[in-house]
Amino acid sequence: MSEPMISLKEITRVYDVGAEKVYALAGVDVDIHNNEYLSIMGPSGSGKSTLMNIIGCLDSPSGGLYNFEGESVHTMDDNQLASIRNQKIGFVFQTFNLLPKLTALRNVELPLIYANIPKDERMVQANLALEKVGLGDRVKHKPNELSGGQRQRVAIARALVTNPAIILADEPTGNLDSKSGEEIMKLFDELHAQGNTIILVTHEAYIAEHADRTITILDGKINTDITKHIKRDVS
Amino acid sequence: MSKTKRSHLKNTLKESLRMALQAIRDNKLRSILTLLGITIGVFSVIGVMTAIQTLESSINSGLNVFGSNTFNVQKYPAIQMGGHTRNKYRNRKNITYRQFEELSRRAKLPLLVSVSDGRGGRSIKYKDKTGKSNLYVVGGDAWTLRLYNTFLGDGRNLTEQDVDFSRRVAVLGMDVVDQLFPFEDPMGKKFTIDGIGYTIVGVSERKGEMFGESQDNYLLIPITTFLNRYASHRTSLDISVEAPSAELYDKTREEVIGLLRVIRKVPPGEENDFEITSNDELIATFGTFTNGVKLFAIAISTIALLVAGIGIMNIMLVSVTERIKEIGIRKAIGAKRRDILFQFLAEAVFLSEIGGIAGVILGILGGNLVSLAFNIPAVIPIDWAIIALVVCSLIGIGFGSYPAWRASKLDPIESLRFE
Repeated sequence: MSEPMISLKEITRVYDVGAEKVYALAGVDVDIHNNEYLSIMGPSGSGKSTLMNIIGCLDSPSGGLYNFEGESVHTMDDNQLASIRNQKIGFVFQTFNLLPKLTALRNVELPLIYANIPKDERMVQANLALEKVGLGDRVKHKPNELSGGQRQRVAIARALVTNPAIILADEPTGNLDSKSGEEIMKLFDELHAQGNTIILVTHEAYIAEHADRTITILDGKINTDITKHIKRDVS
Repeated sequence: MSKTKRSHLKNTLKESLRMALQAIRDNKLRSILTLLGITIGVFSVIGVMTAIQTLESSINSGLNVFGSNTFNVQKYPAIQMGGHTRNKYRNRKNITYRQFEELSRRAKLPLLVSVSDGRGGRSIKYKDKTGKSNLYVVGGDAWTLRLYNTFLGDGRNLTEQDVDFSRRVAVLGMDVVDQLFPFEDPMGKKFTIDGIGYTIVGVSERKGEMFGESQDNYLLIPITTFLNRYASHRTSLDISVEAPSAELYDKTREEVIGLLRVIRKVPPGEENDFEITSNDELIATFGTFTNGVKLFAIAISTIALLVAGIGIMNIMLVSVTERIKEIGIRKAIGAKRRDILFQFLAEAVFLSEIGGIAGVILGILGGNLVSLAFNIPAVIPIDWAIIALVVCSLIGIGFGSYPAWRASKLDPIESLRFE
């Protein structure tokens, strides 16, 4: 097997609660390869959110080694982490986290601004990303003029627009009705089929079902790590 | 700096500005209230500076009432500050025609020594016509016109003989000509003022207005004739002295002061019982007055801008708190600390700059009301406008730094969770 894209070794995350030390993560080892479709499951308080934050470079581990495409993330400062988040990771949140005052296009354009892409190119890429998620005709709409499913599509377009190495989705269907949820999951399936690496964080088993590999977390450690041996048709 | 770095900076600034504009647009009322403080502060200083500059520019030419190398001797100072000192001057001896004659005879250095007095509110009668009752009658001599930088337009000036023989002759200002002789040649015509008849021998050139007042509304008669009609126990004359050159000005002044002390019997060691006034002194006196006003305006606007700055800091802190979620989102998708810092700094600077520009415009308009009132040319104090805008930027940066720094330091995870 090729070098893993993401490699976590002995990752710990410790919070000081008064005099006590609380281990949100107590030694996690995971390798994630290119074009994997992975879901992370676990009850609340299990540490799955902490794991997601660390994979997403929003948080730094207290101990352990984190390599992202060969670069050691655990030694990076805030600015370098921001760059990784900007270039390599596309976030999709449960509550969409769109800026309410900006149009869909402006929202999708945002990561490109921080990537220092010239304006003309930003517009082209943002429009492309919106078309990709089926919102080519809604670019001028603000979030409150869109349905929940559409908002999440905008958020996915925003995650896709920088062509990130992974898409990190935290309960992406949690705030959607089941029909919109299914549509969003179909979109993730398509994105995976197009070669994207996707990590889903969820506590719903039927959502995790979409992934090829499911990791369950319990008490800050990996409980199970199961890969389905179904060959998908990637053509 | 490399090209990409520069373009990055340009991009960042442009985006920061756009976001700042957006934020201000989103909170119109709040933004306007905040920048009102800046506007008032800038308005007060720009308004006063504009007003003073209009005055100064006309005063530097306008206060050149006297010819060059000339000074005046009077009982009272030309500009008096504060009323309580007036008693000091009132108890002084009057300057009399006899004193003038003695000074004139004994002084060796002056090019010329002249004497004058005036009486306002007179009205002139010619045939069945009566002029306005605000005429200023000047008693003077052959030098009076020259000393007040006035030129003869027609006819002749007053002569020494006119003064020696107290002739009833007059040189008219153009306002009198306009009123009484619009269609005829005034030369040689006879008129009366306060019951005395005069013959017109000359007309002076038009001088125009200063501070909205006509400089031509006068007529000049011999000082002796003037004293015969108007002298009273309060009559104190103005003596004007012209030095032969700028080099001899100080010496001439010394000589005149020394002689006058002798003539007026001022004991040694006591201060002069008369006032010396020159263009320079008039401008200097005016300068101390305007400097006081300027300092006051600067003090007021400093306080106003300080208060406005605190207002900006307050509103920026509120803005940061309101937008914690937004900051979290921006950070999650790749905004660096610097990007967030710039965004909020730009907003603060932009806010105070808008207020500053409004203040500059209002201040220049308000200050130029003075020029309108006094009918003098309008002025745009570019230097003060630039200073004001620079100060506004500094206020924006100074008071916006802390909120912006706080925003940039926010933890992305906690910010994202914030509802």
